[in-house]
Amino acid sequence: MAKVLVVTSGKGGVGKTTTTAALGAALAQRGEKVVVVDFDVGLRNLDLVMGAERRVVFDLINVVQGVAKLPQALIRDKRLENLWLLPASQTRDKDALTEEGVGKVIDDLRSRFDWVICDSPAGIERGASMAMRFADEAVIVTNPEVSSVRDSDRIIGMLDSKTVRAEKGERVEKHILITRYDPSRAARGEMLTIEDILEILATPLLGIIPESQDVLKASNVGTPVTLSNAEGAPARAYIDAARRLCGDTVPMQVPTERKGFMDRLLRRRAA
Amino acid sequence: MSMGLLRLLRGNKASAPVARERLQILLAHERGLRGQPDLLGVLREEILAVVSRHVTLDPTKVIVRLDRGDEVSTLEVDIEVPNDFERKRAAVG
Repeated sequence: MAKVLVVTSGKGGVGKTTTTAALGAALAQRGEKVVVVDFDVGLRNLDLVMGAERRVVFDLINVVQGVAKLPQALIRDKRLENLWLLPASQTRDKDALTEEGVGKVIDDLRSRFDWVICDSPAGIERGASMAMRFADEAVIVTNPEVSSVRDSDRIIGMLDSKTVRAEKGERVEKHILITRYDPSRAARGEMLTIEDILEILATPLLGIIPESQDVLKASNVGTPVTLSNAEGAPARAYIDAARRLCGDTVPMQVPTERKGFMDRLLRRRAA
Repeated sequence: MSMGLLRLLRGNKASAPVARERLQILLAHERGLRGQPDLLGVLREEILAVVSRHVTLDPTKVIVRLDRGDEVSTLEVDIEVPNDFERKRAAVG
């Protein structure tokens, strides 16, 4: 049974696209057939983070409007044969996303994949509401910072009222994914703790992604972070999160504190 | 200077508990408003309707403001009434 998962946050720059790419790759590595769909019309970036920017021919809007057939617009990942990308349009307007059109595309994707992961744009406008409209589950990406937590709360409210599931009296299964977490700063009382965030948002935790240089490096080279440095802390955290999405019970690891500067330098040299 | 020194000795005061408390108060309020009609808008319309029954008003000169405090909140209604209001009233009466 296919699952439609929206990766959303309200606030921009918290790691939605990184998360979409990383979870998509991690699920595909487990043998699931996955498509990641970019809903950020006009500001697409999932293609870039996935390293497929030069292979985009058709996009979501073309499919919604019937200009292209779905298989023509789907781009297969070069590293993982189970992973596909449906890019957003860079030139069109987000108003081209009609509910009826998007619904048809999502239905078609459901019949072809195990997971349909929708990368939401920031904000609460049309693009964001279309990305969550048909979702069965939601990953709410949250930074340990007041504005991100507030926006997450707003998005949770939308997931509970503006989705097809909500309107049918059903629930969208929601998960919080905390990104850019720095345990040492949290321990010093400089950063909201995991417990603070979960208590405020009253939503279960999917994973904790530590602040790491791996994330920038991965986007620099256009590789999901779970593939670019699979041993790194963020990759391991994303892989655990993907296992939890599949129903595995994985103990929640608070990312361990970083090693000292010299340790890191030496380890990197050695690697 | 002594404050600065004190802070230095104590180390930076933890700011996360402040963030947590501010969020809890704010979100409790925002969740209450969610899904409800815009309270200020409704108040403004109804106040305007009542006063207009007796005085001719410029609808743009009716301002309703809500100020939220820790203990009490204030509702401020600012209605600009034209100067010939008393004269008109006398004429009608």
